Amino acid sequence: MNHILKIDQLTRQFKSGDKLLTVVDRVTFQIEEGISCAIVGPSGSGKTTLLGLAAGLDQPTSGEVELNGINLNPLTEDERAEVRNKHVGFVFQTFQLVPTLTALENVMVPLELRGEASRDVREKALELLNEVGLGERSHHYPTQLSGGEQQRVAVARAFINEPKILFADEPTGNLDTETGEHIENLIFDLNTKEGTTLVLVTHDLGLAEKCDRIIKLKNGEVDSDVTKERKAFA
Amino acid sequence: MNKLAWIFKMAWRDSRSSRQKLFLYLAAIIVGVAAQVAISSFRENLNDSINEQSKELLGADLEVEKNEPFHDELEAYLDSLGGERSDALSFTSMAYFPKSGTTRLSQITALEGDFPYYGELKTNPASASSTFQDHKSALVDEPILLQFGLEPGDSVKIGLVTYQISGALQEVPGQPVAASFFGPRIFIPKQGIEETGLLQRGSQLEYISYIKYPEGVDPLIVDNRLDAMNDSVRFSYDDVAERKEEVGEAILYLSNFLNLIGFIALLLGGIGVASSIFVYIRQKISTVAVLRCVGASSNQAMSIYLIQAVVMGFIGSSIGASIGTLIQLYLPVLVQDFVPVNIELAISWSSIFIGVITGVSISLIFALFPLLAVRKISPLFTLRSVEINLSKLLSLVTRTLLFGLIGLSVIGYAWLMLNNIVAALFFTLGLISSLLLLAGIAFLIMRGARKFNPKGLGYEFRQGLANLYRPNNQTSTLLLTFGLGVTLISSLYLTQDMLLGTINFESEQELPNLALYDIQYDQNEGVNKIIQDNGMEILQNVPIVTMRLQSMNGKTVSEFLADTNRKARRWTLTREYRSTYRDSLVSTEKLDSGSFIGAVENLDVPVPISVSTDLMEDLNAQLGDTIVWDVQGIPISSYIASTRIVEWQTPQPNFFVVFPKGVLEPAPQFFATTLNTSSREASLDLQQKIVRAYPNVSAIDIGQVLETVREFIDKITFVIQFIGLFSIITGLIVLAGSAATSRFQRIREAVLLRTLGAKQRQVIKIQVIEYVLLGIMAALTGLILSVGASALLGYFYFDIEFIPNFTILGIEVIILVALVLTIGLLNTRGIHKRPPLEILRDEAA
Repeated sequence: MNHILKIDQLTRQFKSGDKLLTVVDRVTFQIEEGISCAIVGPSGSGKTTLLGLAAGLDQPTSGEVELNGINLNPLTEDERAEVRNKHVGFVFQTFQLVPTLTALENVMVPLELRGEASRDVREKALELLNEVGLGERSHHYPTQLSGGEQQRVAVARAFINEPKILFADEPTGNLDTETGEHIENLIFDLNTKEGTTLVLVTHDLGLAEKCDRIIKLKNGEVDSDVTKERKAFA
Repeated sequence: MNKLAWIFKMAWRDSRSSRQKLFLYLAAIIVGVAAQVAISSFRENLNDSINEQSKELLGADLEVEKNEPFHDELEAYLDSLGGERSDALSFTSMAYFPKSGTTRLSQITALEGDFPYYGELKTNPASASSTFQDHKSALVDEPILLQFGLEPGDSVKIGLVTYQISGALQEVPGQPVAASFFGPRIFIPKQGIEETGLLQRGSQLEYISYIKYPEGVDPLIVDNRLDAMNDSVRFSYDDVAERKEEVGEAILYLSNFLNLIGFIALLLGGIGVASSIFVYIRQKISTVAVLRCVGASSNQAMSIYLIQAVVMGFIGSSIGASIGTLIQLYLPVLVQDFVPVNIELAISWSSIFIGVITGVSISLIFALFPLLAVRKISPLFTLRSVEINLSKLLSLVTRTLLFGLIGLSVIGYAWLMLNNIVAALFFTLGLISSLLLLAGIAFLIMRGARKFNPKGLGYEFRQGLANLYRPNNQTSTLLLTFGLGVTLISSLYLTQDMLLGTINFESEQELPNLALYDIQYDQNEGVNKIIQDNGMEILQNVPIVTMRLQSMNGKTVSEFLADTNRKARRWTLTREYRSTYRDSLVSTEKLDSGSFIGAVENLDVPVPISVSTDLMEDLNAQLGDTIVWDVQGIPISSYIASTRIVEWQTPQPNFFVVFPKGVLEPAPQFFATTLNTSSREASLDLQQKIVRAYPNVSAIDIGQVLETVREFIDKITFVIQFIGLFSIITGLIVLAGSAATSRFQRIREAVLLRTLGAKQRQVIKIQVIEYVLLGIMAALTGLILSVGASALLGYFYFDIEFIPNFTILGIEVIILVALVLTIGLLNTRGIHKRPPLEILRDEAA
């Protein structure tokens, strides 16, 4: 079985005054291609930090991250950006749309960055916006959209580069239950359709239960690692 | 679409909703560039005009001047040149206008010949300039004719001769309008000038010859020959090249000075750019983080904003250059009176080009600080919202390099303007010191505000005070930009006030308001009688004896002049001294050293004289030095017995050299008399009576002279202030920009306060207190620095004790605080009456 993400003895420490805080402590796991995996845990357990490290948004203090066969450690920040652009999609709790771009332009950004022909990019972005039900609102700015609509735009943006892996940080955290469910379904549907691996960080155990695998963190360490087919403890 | 095209597209898209926010950034550049382009275009036009009208600057190829008839050798050489020649006598004398019954001390030129050979004497009617010599008539400055209600056909009496006024004098080649400020110009024929009775000894006569070279004369050879001759026969001369250089240099200094003042406006604009872009980029952190997250490289992210900064800089500079080109149309109105050529205006493309390049460079250099920080924005910020200090994202090396780059750019520009690297370094050093001082004061204010915790004062005051040091405060920006602008403008105001203060004698009753000069020995009693008959009191009646320095400590003037190591300045050796004799010091003098000896009886030993401290310095003389004077042919030995500090600015006869009584009484002499007339009318009446009885006597209406000086200083300072005003405008724009870019944060705070139950009045009060405090701090800082600068100027440059004018300072504080408050409150307009959520939603866009 192919592993899209390999985390080995990953540690992240921060300085807080004179103290050294270990937020992620020697974490090791691997995620198979095509599955969905939830990282859960109480506040301060290191979930988001782990996500940042796994997605190449941050540099570990020690340990290694291999994404789609690429070791991220020796790469510069710009080289990691290129890896993200080619292989990774993101969905954030706070949507993180560029406020000065329309919904369509927001979705187009990852492909435009690659230098792809703008007509193709536009068609693909419109297609995705239609898929998330926002085809009619493609020229609206983020502030003209509701929270749920903004998150749908973010989902469309996350899938436009046909990522190998999608990282989602509390994707429904800022949404009401109904809208949250809609977004969840959208992410899982697209995930299945595109064959993308999904790694999501959440407090929401209901959402986590929808995933193939649940990794539970506690104090920066893996507390449990459960898959639906077979349950195992780290 | 390639990656570069995407960056441009992204820069365009990202700017769409932010353009309004960047408008003030633009405005800061617009004003600075406008000032630059206006001044440099104007300078270029002026230079072109001087080049085109170079011969008209002199009206001839050569002008020779001497305060006595030309020596034979000089006369012979001028004759040998051939060509055409005009001779003139120039002196000041009272002119009496019978029709209006008025008198005025005038600058008389008695002309013989066809001068000017280049350009023309512009008169109304035009024919008058060519006929006045034949018709024994006069050309009189037009403004004085208008003032006295006179016209061609009326008459003017100069000395004993009455001339018919044949035309109004409008322009004399090479003379600016300002040349007539201190006395109207009157042209009369030289032929028959003796009949005026004004050529007697004691009159200050200038003998002038204007020469037009015949074909084939090399000006350089003439120049060399006259130069050699000048060592033995003292005279002055000017040729076209020299005059052009003199005028060009004077204009270059003036325009360089104005350019530097304008450049300060541009630099302030640069600071405005840096602060606007800082705040702008701070609002873009999450956008950059998202772009980095989805794969944009650090350079791509930075380039988006770099393009915006450059494009805005270019647009701002282009608008500024256009406005500057329009403003230069107005500049001739300000300075035409002071320049001796007609300024012909044209669009100066080179100035526009340099202005735009400078504007773009300044925007770019100052924007680099925040832009380089963009490269350091981590994609991790998408996951965690953190308050980032952008400037701390840059390493110490990068920051040092950027400051170095700014410093070098300023030195480079100043060098370009001043053409002198030392002066450019001093300018930059002065500017950096001022900015550091202002930044230091801002730091102290913020620290002070933090420590000062007046619990007794209300909540609103404490909040307003706290806003001075809270994150995203505007204290430093305002202090730097507004403070520097205020320092600049206020220094100009205070210096002007200081200069005018030295000639403000109106309240001092014991000082004279009328001075009579050139009273001949045999006229003195008669003049005094007229004064007394009119019920006026004579304040001073001073004898004046003309003399020249023959030798000092045994060394003759010629020996001094030949000595290349001499320390005495030339003018002290060659001038004609007008000295007096008396037995005591007067109120405008103070003994500096030695003892003042008031009278002597023995003429066989050197006479003890008193010398002013200024002359001592320029003559490089010491107490006890011996001087032999040539008193109209008679040598008189003297020694320096005392030195005096003289208040030269007081309106009464002051002297470099004072002799004791008992020596000069038999020498040919004339008198000067000062008096205080009860009113302007009484003064005019007395002047008329004296001039009618003794036409050679000159009357100086001190009140009128002071008025003219005041007008002159006002005009000059207005030109400087006009340019300095650009700095104030830039300061205000930068303040508005800084306020506008922090609008969202202010609104969030206001909304939060309102959500927590604050009344609308309380929110407004907090803001008013903040801006009033800011205004007071910035205004006071700028004003205190300007008081310091003016005091230094007074001490080192003008030698005047500076006493700040608190009325001016008070008014300035009120105006400046009002300006800051208005801009601050305009910034939060419209947020008090709308529901909090609606505002937040709108502003986030």
